[in-house]
Amino acid sequence: MQKSLGETSTQKSLSLNTSTKAMRKRREILTIIGFMAPALIIYGVYVVYSIGMTFYYSLFEWSGIDNNFSFLGLDNYVRLLQDGVFWVSLGNNSLLLGASLLTQLPLGLIMALLLFSPVKGMRLFRSVYFMPFLMSTVAIGILFVFIYDGNFGLLNDLLGMVGLESLQQSWIGKESTAIWAVIATVCWQFAPFYMILFRAAIVGIPEELYEAANIDGAKPLQRFKNITLPLLMPIIITSAILSIIGSLKYFDLIYVMTMGGPNNSTELMATYMYKQTFTNFNMGYGSTVSFSMFIIAFIVTLFILIGERKRRGVE
Amino acid sequence: MIKKIRQMPLYLVAIILLLFTGLPFFIMINTSFKSQLEFMTSPWSLPDSFSFSNYALLLDTNFFSYFKNSLIVSVISVIIVIIFGAMASYPLARLKFKLNTPLFLLFMVGMMIPIHTTLIPIYLLTINLGLYDTIWALIGPYVAFALPISVVIFTQFMKEIPKELEESAKIDGCGHIRLFWRIIFPLLTPAVATVAIYNFIHIWNEFIFALVLTNSSENATLPLGLREYYGEFTVNVPAIMAALTLGSLPLLLIYFVAQEKIVKGLAAGSVKG
Repeated sequence: MQKSLGETSTQKSLSLNTSTKAMRKRREILTIIGFMAPALIIYGVYVVYSIGMTFYYSLFEWSGIDNNFSFLGLDNYVRLLQDGVFWVSLGNNSLLLGASLLTQLPLGLIMALLLFSPVKGMRLFRSVYFMPFLMSTVAIGILFVFIYDGNFGLLNDLLGMVGLESLQQSWIGKESTAIWAVIATVCWQFAPFYMILFRAAIVGIPEELYEAANIDGAKPLQRFKNITLPLLMPIIITSAILSIIGSLKYFDLIYVMTMGGPNNSTELMATYMYKQTFTNFNMGYGSTVSFSMFIIAFIVTLFILIGERKRRGVE
Repeated sequence: MIKKIRQMPLYLVAIILLLFTGLPFFIMINTSFKSQLEFMTSPWSLPDSFSFSNYALLLDTNFFSYFKNSLIVSVISVIIVIIFGAMASYPLARLKFKLNTPLFLLFMVGMMIPIHTTLIPIYLLTINLGLYDTIWALIGPYVAFALPISVVIFTQFMKEIPKELEESAKIDGCGHIRLFWRIIFPLLTPAVATVAIYNFIHIWNEFIFALVLTNSSENATLPLGLREYYGEFTVNVPAIMAALTLGSLPLLLIYFVAQEKIVKGLAAGSVKG
């Protein structure tokens, strides 16, 4: 009885097989489209289409406020390569990148390691260490403008207190110190961020490894070198990538603190692009600067991906 | 005793870092309670009498409007990102189709794109849509740039949900739509928390889109508002510090209430990305 029931149902499904399969396939495609369409449309319009349009605008001489387009082809890119300010800003982006890697990551690591040390009152330390990252960059920029101020800035005050009057100066008003003052501020803002990344990774290191090392009589520094550091390598690389990509996009702080000045000494690609587009009304050339940022970010990402793949291959 | 002496350097480093990170906050909050004269004569001392007059000054301005705008934009954007992001991740994580990997990569590349590359077209598009100088102009770009990391987080999370759950639901005659909303979505809570925290902080503090896509003071978000105070109060440093303190307060308060959650959410969000 049971067997015959089963047979009839398989026969039925066999005869229906081809049409249901096609229908099921079509329904699956509709499902995929239905689920992905909202995200794809928003992402497609605001990101993919916009990047294409930026390249398109970069081929024109256009103010952005009238309809006088004149087609230049790649002339804007030739102009860019000869534009001293662009090279200065690219140099500043590179300086920021190097300084970020060399200051934020080590500082973040030191903070994270301290959180696991037997220092009392660690909860308070941890809470305060992390606070800078929650402030908006605009607020940070304004706050530090007053700290660095030449007349009533509190940094000069502090230097006076410890007898370093000779160093007192207008930190962001001078070409030689402005970029370093900004870099210090960026470090203040982002070191806490790397601290929490490292902290999360250190939590994941098995306690037994340290216990075994203790039995072997390893000193703290040896434990750090032979256990902590190697196991943290993946997160250090992730952090380095985040820091590199972040450095190429930097804008807010410079805009608030220095506007790229004095005399372009703190100009970044993003601030230069903003100035060309919205202050000088060169939308065509501004697009050229911003599309170049995209190309540079793309090349850097490509290198990172290739490097990652090689590293994984070695392991 | 010996142990304590050996720990001295640790305490020293910990305290130096505490001063490094905390001193600017002390300066900001301390100054905000002072009069201008008091700030000029003794910038480091605690205020003679905690005066809220600088804060009272802010209440006569647009502060609440800035706050409201930031809140509306951030909450709506984050909700849209969660819904659309989770929906888009469902086929990417659970279904096999030809464009699966290319579409996932398309979203992933979005994380490295400098937003400035899209600024000019988005500015023109916003004008054409008639949204220029409204807070609604900001939601599109905020959602678009929050989607990549959110899709990556959701997709990775959904891949770990066991297939059996789905199969039993399918036998019960559950379609994809019901399956997603009834079974998968409720299981995403930890991923939703990560996505919400990570994106809320970034959107709340976002500056350049707000700067370019809005113009009038009544449509300004908090970061723009702070910059307006900076221009308006010029040398009245205590008033500016009061504005910065009040502007930073919401996130700091949330942080002190839900510290562990926020730190974990941020760490998870960044590493997955």
